[in-house]
Amino acid sequence: METLSFEFPAGQPPRGRALVGCVGSGDLEVLIEPGLAGKLTIQVQTSVNGSEQRWQHLFARMFDGQTPPAMSIDIHDFGATPGVVRLRLEQGFEEIGHD
Amino acid sequence: MTDSAALLNKHSFVELGARQRAKALLDAGTFRELLDPFQRIMSPWLLRQGVVPQSDDGVVIAKGNLDGLPVVIAAIEGAFQGGSLGEVGGAKIAGALELAAEDNRKGIPTRAVLLLETGGVRLQEANLGLAAIAEIHSAIVDLRQYQPVVGVVAGSVGCFGGMSIAAGLCSYLLVTQEARLGLNGPQVIEQEAGLDEYDSRDRPFIWSLTGGEQRFATGLVDRYAADDVTQIRQQVSQLLHLGVPEQHRSGQAELFLQRLARLDTDVQIEPATVRQLYQGERS
Repeated sequence: METLSFEFPAGQPPRGRALVGCVGSGDLEVLIEPGLAGKLTIQVQTSVNGSEQRWQHLFARMFDGQTPPAMSIDIHDFGATPGVVRLRLEQGFEEIGHD
Repeated sequence: MTDSAALLNKHSFVELGARQRAKALLDAGTFRELLDPFQRIMSPWLLRQGVVPQSDDGVVIAKGNLDGLPVVIAAIEGAFQGGSLGEVGGAKIAGALELAAEDNRKGIPTRAVLLLETGGVRLQEANLGLAAIAEIHSAIVDLRQYQPVVGVVAGSVGCFGGMSIAAGLCSYLLVTQEARLGLNGPQVIEQEAGLDEYDSRDRPFIWSLTGGEQRFATGLVDRYAADDVTQIRQQVSQLLHLGVPEQHRSGQAELFLQRLARLDTDVQIEPATVRQLYQGERS
């Protein structure tokens, strides 16, 4: 198991928070809360060792060319593939837009 | 209605996660979660053993109304560590039940619904999990004097180990065809008794003995429902309205022991034999 931290430039914090997914086989749990203005921080706890580069690339590709909201994201990963991670994150981003 | 239309209109309960199950049972707009995941009350033991924790420790405690009745729901997330109960998740359930009993002593008729999807104690937390399960047992026995405690085993994990005892202590139990209920899980029995006695890979065999339909036929559970949100909700509501049963199933231990004593252990047991044994002499 590994604990990883990432940081990206961001805009203003969102209003809502969201929880999506579950720490089940091949899935992950994503908790999204408002962060400090200008900063997007991501904490990942993953059951897969040696995966830091993969997470870095995945986040960089997602936020490329846009300024995401300033969020504090906690991820508890149980071996999700990058595709599943991306789906869960997008699901979470959609939910923080709702009240 | 064609089969495909029926399938599209069906809302599966088994496929829902713990939080969604609790929401599906409660009256719209009344769901209120206690110790929600953002409070991050997580297992302090899993991380140290290299296991990724979950923000609610796999247990959702929700208060709300079910058809207007005040209820507390404890739902176990079967997908997280097989629904195993550790120190935190176990304490959440025990605490919720103890508060419900306290409510009743103060004149608030809170009922409890347990959505059981669990292999029992979480082995990584050993004695702390066992102690928590014992607390759940005594809390059920305390609360059921005042109001019914309804256990639901929907599947697909089933309910085993110490939590199968918790299920047995409930005022009423509801299962689906997907459910399994047993003290020991199939793999444990196979390991202890041998492959000839109990093949844990033989799914029809396992379900024929511990599956929901069989448990209903043997009278070890009270209701058998289809995997459908509306049906399960209706039946849970009916059970809550029945009030406290005259005699709890666990109060009839002598009767069940007498019946078990008649079992011929020289031959491999058959589902039909078990049904006859438990149903007793029928007139």
